[in-house]
Amino acid sequence: MSPVRRLSPFWIVLGVIAAGYLGFWFAMLAATATYTSPREVMEVLLSREIRYATLLSLVTCTASALLSAAIAVPVGYLMSRRRFPGHSFVDAALDIPIVLPPMVVGICLLIFFQTRAGGLIEQVIPLTYTVGGVIIAQFVIAAAFAIRTMRNVFDHLSPRPEQVALTLGATPSQAFRHVTLPAARSGIFAAASVAWARSLGEFGPILVFAGATRMKTEVLPTSVWLAWSVGELEQGVAVSLLMIAISMIVLVAVKLTGERV
Amino acid sequence: MIRLENLSWTPPGKNRAPILDRVSFEVPSAAYAVLMGRTGSGKTTLLEILCGLRSPGSGTVRIDGREVTDLPPGERGIGYVPQDGALFPTLTVREQIAFGLRMRGVAADEIATRVLEAAEGVGVSALLDRLPTGLSGGERQRVALARALVVKPSVLLLDEPLASVDEETQDGLIDLLQRTQREHRITVLHVTHSRREAEGLGELHLRLEGGRVLSRTGLT
Repeated sequence: MSPVRRLSPFWIVLGVIAAGYLGFWFAMLAATATYTSPREVMEVLLSREIRYATLLSLVTCTASALLSAAIAVPVGYLMSRRRFPGHSFVDAALDIPIVLPPMVVGICLLIFFQTRAGGLIEQVIPLTYTVGGVIIAQFVIAAAFAIRTMRNVFDHLSPRPEQVALTLGATPSQAFRHVTLPAARSGIFAAASVAWARSLGEFGPILVFAGATRMKTEVLPTSVWLAWSVGELEQGVAVSLLMIAISMIVLVAVKLTGERV
Repeated sequence: MIRLENLSWTPPGKNRAPILDRVSFEVPSAAYAVLMGRTGSGKTTLLEILCGLRSPGSGTVRIDGREVTDLPPGERGIGYVPQDGALFPTLTVREQIAFGLRMRGVAADEIATRVLEAAEGVGVSALLDRLPTGLSGGERQRVALARALVVKPSVLLLDEPLASVDEETQDGLIDLLQRTQREHRITVLHVTHSRREAEGLGELHLRLEGGRVLSRTGLT
C-alpha cells in the first residue's frame, strides 16, 4: 500500500470515537424499537388520547415553527447585516432561551402572564393552560434556534447583490424582498424545520405553562411523561418511537435543503 | 465627472489607522480612469463610498457637479459592477437587467425593449432566460455590465471586473469596456490591482497607496 493510501492512526482513533458515539445511539434506538411489539405500538398510537396528542403536536409545532420563522427572518437579517451599539449584547441575549433550562422558561412564562401586561394579553387571547399556551411555550425556545439558523444563512449570503440592488434604485426593503429573501428560501425552510423539530420535543415549559391535561393540552412529549408516571412503559415507548420517526423525517428534510444548522 | 475632496475613512474601533486619508482627485466627464493599488489599499472602500454604500468619515463626493455625499445609492446616477458581478442568484439574466428599470417604475414594454438593447450591446442576448448558475465568469461580467448600463448612469464604477476571468476573456472584456465607454460617453472609474489591466485601459491612471492618491498620470 502506498504511503498516501495508508490510514494514519490519528484518523483511525477519531473514526473509532465517532463510531462509538453513533453506535451507542443506534443501540439505544434499537433497544427502544424492540422493547414492544409492532401490534402493541399500533394499538397505542391508534388510541383516542394519542391520536389527539399527535394531532395537537402537529398543529402546535406547525404554528410555532411559522411564528419562529416570521421572527427569525427579520431578526437574523438584522443581526447578520448591521453592527450597532450593543450588538454583542443583543446577540448573546438572543441565545438565552437556548441555554436556559426549559422548566425555567415555563416558570418565566407563567409569572409574566400574571403581571399587568401579561393579563392584558390574556384578556385578548387566553394562553395559560390552553392550546395557545402550548404554542407560546414551544415558540419562545424554538424561535431562538430559528434565529440562529437564519443568521447563519444570511452570514453565508454575500451582501454584494443587495448593494448592487441599492445602486439600481431599490430601497433596502426592496433589495431584501427581491434579492435576499428569494436566495434564502431553503434557509428559511431549514430554520422552520429546526423550530418544528425543537417544538416537537419541547416538554418543560409546556408542562409548567400549559399543563398536561388529557385531550386538552396533551402533546406527544406530555403523553410519554404521563404514561411513564403511571408505569405504562409500552405506551411511553410507542409514543417515543413515533417521535423518533417524525424527528428523522424532519432531519432528512433539513439535510435535503443543503443548509448547515 | 467625478470629484472627491479630502475623503477620509477610518474603520470603527480604537487606534485604527485610516484606510483613506484625505483623498482628492477628479475624473473629467466621459473619461476612462483606472485606479490602481495593492490589495488592502482602500480601493474597494473608496468605490463603496462613491456608490453610497459606506459613509465617509469626512470629505465630499461630487458627481457631475452635484454633491452626492449624503444621497442614497440609487439617487447618485451611478452604475456599479463588483468583482464577481454579484448577480442576483434567483433571477434570470432578463430579470437581472430589467431590475433597475423595474425599481424605477419604467413601463413593461419599455423595459422589454431596453433589456434587449442592453443585452445585445454586451453580447448576452442568447442568455436572457438563463439563471446565473452555470454562466461563465466572462458572461457574468457582461450581464453585470448590461444591468448597470441599462439605467443610463452618468458614471460607471468597476471594481476589479476582470479579476475572476482568464486572460482570453479579459481581452474580450477590455474591448467591450472601451467600446461601451465610447458609445455611451460615460465617465468610468475602473479599480484594479493588475498593471496589465491598467495598461490596456484608461486615459487617466491614479495610484492609491497608504490611503492617499500618490500619482496621477494622463489627461493632463
